[in-house]
Amino acid sequence: MCRIGAIKSKAPVHPSQALRLMMPQQEGHDNSGFAMVMQDLGGLFAPYPDLPLLSLACTQKGTQLVEDYMEARNFHRVFEWVPKPKRRTGQDIKAMPHYIFRCYDYPEQYAKAAWEEKQELLLDARLELRSLLEQQQAGYVYSFWPNVLTLKEIGKPHDIADYFRLWEDNGELQAKNIVVQCRQNTNYEVVRYAAHPFFLQGYTLCANGENTFFTRNRDFQRSLHRGYIGFESDSQNFLYTLHYVLHVLKWPVQYYKHVITPLPAAEMEGRKDGDALRLIRQSLAHLEINGPNTVIAMLPDGSLLSCCDGKKLRPVVIGGDAATKVITSEVCGLNAVLPRRKTEEDVYPHEREVVIITPDLEVQRWLQ
Amino acid sequence: MAPVMAQDVTVNDLPWLLEYSPERCQMCGKCLAVCTFQAIEAATERRLASPGGGNAPAYRLAPVIRQSGKLAEACVGCGMCAKVCPNRAIRPVRNPDSRSELLVRSGGLPAKRGGRNNLLKGRTLDEIVVGRISQMTDPALDSERHTFDIRAPFGRVLGAGALPLAAEGGLLQVTGKTPPVRWIYPVIFGDMSVGALSPRAWEAICLATAYLNEVHHLPVRMCTGEGGLPPGLLRSEHLQYMILQIASGHFGWNRIIAAMPEMQTDPAGILIKIGQGAKPGDGGLLPAVKVAEHIRAIRGVPKADLLSPPNHQGLYSIEESVQKMHLSMGAAFGFRVPVAIKCAASSTSVSVYNNLLRDPYQICGGFFLDGIQGGTGAANTVSLEHTGHPLVSKVRECYLAAVNQGRQGQVPLWAGGGIGMTGQAAADAFKLICLGANGVFIAKLLIQLCGCVGNENGRCNACHTGRCPVGICTQDPRLIRRLDVDKAAQNIVDYMLAFDSELRKLMAPVGNSSLPVGRSDALVSVDKAVADALAIAYAC
Repeated sequence: MCRIGAIKSKAPVHPSQALRLMMPQQEGHDNSGFAMVMQDLGGLFAPYPDLPLLSLACTQKGTQLVEDYMEARNFHRVFEWVPKPKRRTGQDIKAMPHYIFRCYDYPEQYAKAAWEEKQELLLDARLELRSLLEQQQAGYVYSFWPNVLTLKEIGKPHDIADYFRLWEDNGELQAKNIVVQCRQNTNYEVVRYAAHPFFLQGYTLCANGENTFFTRNRDFQRSLHRGYIGFESDSQNFLYTLHYVLHVLKWPVQYYKHVITPLPAAEMEGRKDGDALRLIRQSLAHLEINGPNTVIAMLPDGSLLSCCDGKKLRPVVIGGDAATKVITSEVCGLNAVLPRRKTEEDVYPHEREVVIITPDLEVQRWLQ
Repeated sequence: MAPVMAQDVTVNDLPWLLEYSPERCQMCGKCLAVCTFQAIEAATERRLASPGGGNAPAYRLAPVIRQSGKLAEACVGCGMCAKVCPNRAIRPVRNPDSRSELLVRSGGLPAKRGGRNNLLKGRTLDEIVVGRISQMTDPALDSERHTFDIRAPFGRVLGAGALPLAAEGGLLQVTGKTPPVRWIYPVIFGDMSVGALSPRAWEAICLATAYLNEVHHLPVRMCTGEGGLPPGLLRSEHLQYMILQIASGHFGWNRIIAAMPEMQTDPAGILIKIGQGAKPGDGGLLPAVKVAEHIRAIRGVPKADLLSPPNHQGLYSIEESVQKMHLSMGAAFGFRVPVAIKCAASSTSVSVYNNLLRDPYQICGGFFLDGIQGGTGAANTVSLEHTGHPLVSKVRECYLAAVNQGRQGQVPLWAGGGIGMTGQAAADAFKLICLGANGVFIAKLLIQLCGCVGNENGRCNACHTGRCPVGICTQDPRLIRRLDVDKAAQNIVDYMLAFDSELRKLMAPVGNSSLPVGRSDALVSVDKAVADALAIAYAC
């Protein structure tokens, strides 16, 4: 079982907080990787909130491929953070030769383009880079989006953090929102792309569980959007459905839950939106999920969202104080980062609940 | 001594022989009385009484029960004689040296019979097992404790992008019309007409349908078959459980249309029958012998062989079919009732399905695929045995065609023809659903539950004769009385309750609480060729 977590804070926090959240949850766990998506960045990236930030791990050849591609597409490099690895003998990390965290300015022809147009440009660029790097076996691109940084690596989470100096809060790397997970895929092959959180056009998601409708979700999603690719993990199903419901269909956020775990027909009757719920269930039957799952997602506006499968077969807890809110798998992690919070205000959502933490840290609980 | 001619037909030429033990027989005559085929006759035979001491041996007359040697009175193996014999003195046995296939065409006419294909051996569904079981990485569900949502769509489903939805006050509201869709149990009682079946058999299935709906809350629907339905039912609330079939003969539809102003409720759906898996390319056939008075009243026809044309007259293309038939049937009920289509499985099924998926009117509410192992009340034997297409690969191909277009589920796929041939319909349904079907339709299984003794090894298959020994496929009032309608309905209800439990027993271990439509990863095949053809995993 994966352990997943997310921190949302009024002031930017350092990734070491995310590590402290996850470390107590490692009991009985294979600790095979570390992956996080940071959004609403502070530190070194604070001056560039509007510039797309490329997060990438690659070989020497990969760096050249990326340089050439970005130059050919008229993306102009504005800022770069190069991690200075701390190498020690015995470290358990399968590091890549190069890590790129680079802010670009948009091509000139996009100077006055609408945000909708830029979103498509950024997605296309990431997909093309991924394809390019895959063909040459030269690296992995995780996100290319303003104010979003993704780091993923294979190995022991403690050692990976050590390698990237994530334990040292020197003010360089900070964010108001961090979604984190400390494991590689254990069901199937260990592939860097298979580690959640996954990111697509402002939507970040990680999931703890096993989606037994993976095949039918995948078969349907493949034709829905060009960005729904990979399928290295069944958790990607959850992200793509979130993106489809909110970004493509532009439905209110609570309908995500209605799509992945629809109500029984009898319960739809009598609802104000019962007819709509029936149509949604009919049309998106192939996006329904099954099996044990808990989802933690981050939305483009920085809201955090959590919900579970229809039978609540995986744990999750939400807690916090006035400045910080946390969603995570096990309460021991919450206790490690927020020991003085009011535990009586912790929320253990049930199978019909959707919990949303808004940008101003209000915890909303919606009953499906 | 009479000369023996090589062409003479004798008992040894017939498909079934009666094994008779005179020493156990008490001459009660029950077997004679029960045999509807006159295959048993009472006679006297001259027997040697004693070798005798003198020149002339002594003889005696012995009363015997024996098999008729006439082809028209050939035993069909139904076993009713064995059922009624108090001493187990008689039973039919298969004759491996039968010459009957050579003899039945002696009138210069094609051979006819009922039942289903007898030549095709082996079943693809039995080469597939549910191989993906929840073990540790995810918990299996408890089929007795957890709730399951076992429903299937019947009606045209729109893609999400085409839904007329708008957010008002944070809630989505429907702002336009959408095609009617009914969420029903994933089993439809399939298309056996009120002429093919006796009134009692048809009523038993109606009773079971209503009972399952009203007492057990299983929304099972029943399709009428081509031939209309009784006037009382047309004007009752129970019409809501009935799917009205229209086929190329349009039998019964003048009465249906006449009753429309008096209908209390809409029917569950309309099913346009284009073809039938058991006899694709042949139209419906109701022999005159079965056209009883009530059939003539419902259909408005004289007593004659009722032959539906092999095709819907006046239609020359699929586009026309959609425009004329689907739209006119939809319009007849104010577009409140889903209209679906049933075709015999064929090499061309995917083309048909693609056309329905892409039809700009978005009106086809279901594609019913009927495989070669479906049954029939009467057909030319040559059609029954040699035409048609196996069901399973065609269902899969249709589903994958929809997947390639991102349109899976938009025209629900219903699979039939041989479901439950082994008696285990839940397993067949589950596997077909995993391969992409939304539900299944069953028919032969229902009459077998009523008491039909026919099978695909040549037993009985005499539905076309009007002499059904169990009162199911006959309109002879004396034979109909053999069927206990309540017991027949009870058997169907019991079976469906068991079916429902068994379906859960298959859903629970794969960790699914709703139907796993298209979840092909749940299946493995122990036959490599089957695995490859269906795009599922091979296991050994």
